[in-house]
Amino acid sequence: MSTLCEIRDLTVTYRGQRIPALNRIDLDIVAGERLAIIGESGSGKSTLARAVAGLLPLGAKLAGEMRWSSGQPPLPGRDLGFVFQDPSSSLNPVLDIGEQVAEGARRHLGLSWKTAYVRALKMLERVRIAEPQKAMRAFPHQLSGGQRQRVAIAAALAAKPGILIADEATSALDMVVQAEIVSLLDELVREAGMTLIFITHDIALASGFADRVAIFKDGNLVESGLTGNVLASPSEAYTRTLIASHRDLATPPLIREAAP
Amino acid sequence: MTLLAIENLSKRFSSGGRAVAAVGDVSLTLEPGETLGLVGASGSGKSTLARILMRLLPADAGSIRFEGEDWLSLSGTDLRRHRARMQMVFQDVLGAFNPRATVASVLDDPLRIHDIVPKAGRAQEIAALLDRVGLPASYAGRSIREVSGGQRQRIAIARAIATKPSLIVLDEAVSALDVSIRGRILELLVELQEERGISYLFVSHDLAVLRAVSHRIAVMEAGRLVETGPMRQVIENPQSPAAKALVNAVPRLVTQPTEGPFHDV
Repeated sequence: MSTLCEIRDLTVTYRGQRIPALNRIDLDIVAGERLAIIGESGSGKSTLARAVAGLLPLGAKLAGEMRWSSGQPPLPGRDLGFVFQDPSSSLNPVLDIGEQVAEGARRHLGLSWKTAYVRALKMLERVRIAEPQKAMRAFPHQLSGGQRQRVAIAAALAAKPGILIADEATSALDMVVQAEIVSLLDELVREAGMTLIFITHDIALASGFADRVAIFKDGNLVESGLTGNVLASPSEAYTRTLIASHRDLATPPLIREAAP
Repeated sequence: MTLLAIENLSKRFSSGGRAVAAVGDVSLTLEPGETLGLVGASGSGKSTLARILMRLLPADAGSIRFEGEDWLSLSGTDLRRHRARMQMVFQDVLGAFNPRATVASVLDDPLRIHDIVPKAGRAQEIAALLDRVGLPASYAGRSIREVSGGQRQRIAIARAIATKPSLIVLDEAVSALDVSIRGRILELLVELQEERGISYLFVSHDLAVLRAVSHRIAVMEAGRLVETGPMRQVIENPQSPAAKALVNAVPRLVTQPTEGPFHDV
């Protein structure tokens, strides 16, 4: 396993803020792994995703290092795909789906529009959009939230990047669609041998498929390690709290169960 | 006596020239002190049902009896008077408040409008409400924007209980909260129910949340009620494809040591 990126002593401070959003982070990203970045609001997990992707807003101060094994940071769109929480804001409302998915392939793979459209159609089939031919000509508002997120994934992967960052990509979706999208991401990343950085507030969701997890709180890295090891024997109190706060269908109910 | 009885409720929207049944022929009941969890995927019609119940949307057909009244035929002063008995807590905690409001004014409004407490006693009642939802009385003077998401949802709950309702409709009321805060809000809701006998219609797409607080669960799909039953029955032995899909979609915490290619990293 080779290290794709060594993050060392990384601190990010947004413009006008005194307290850094990320505070002296040390973390390795391993090539080909599925790494889950887990944290609650304000933990710095999205800031980390944006720092890695080179998508921090203007005026954000960055200290420390990100050493990429390739010698230079990945180019967003070509080397790195990004899927955001809200697909409506990451898709252009006035371009049809075909053009949006084809654009990345055309620009970064040097394809003609015609070939890029062929690739876009193939991508829509890969992400299992219903009626892909028809979807090529549809506009984002004509699709459901889950379908839009599939389109965003197709667009992110159109240029065959080696890294995919999914930032709360399933949080705005209902549970059934969330489960479908997670298994789709898992499958696509596995097949292409991509590195997946999966940002989530949901430790259980991450526990189901991530190779490693990194737990963040208030801009600090609390702990990181192999998923099973961190979940089975967390070394930090905060990780234990997160695990204890999780509710699933095995958690005892809060109500007295005899119906009134 | 049954607190709420919804019978054959229907609502259609037109979408792209087609009429879509957002709610189709739904009937359900709620007893005093009971929580009914209403679950379904996006677009299943659960929020539309909640909005019709709150009289935020008119129904096309069907009837609702609430506290013995023909709820959908109430209007004007009668409706305003009875609204005190049915309150709502939304998912979007900031959007549910006037952004310029203070915590005190948020709680003063229902007390004044529904004439719950005379003016002289309101500050004391506001302090008591804040205390009841676990916030210090000193929060009264703060702006609603200054408090955290979890605290704001506590204030929304305080506002809902201010009018002494018999029913609170909770529409994804904990979905936007961090997990560590979510549990404490659910505990607060259960305590208030035990203490005051309030009924909840709890709308959510998350069966794990509904399992924590619901006595019964109703499952909606494409506008229709496809399954209703005691909480354990629906979760442990779901009958409809929609209920089965919802049960299977709940993420399970996996705590087994990792296997696979990264085992030796």
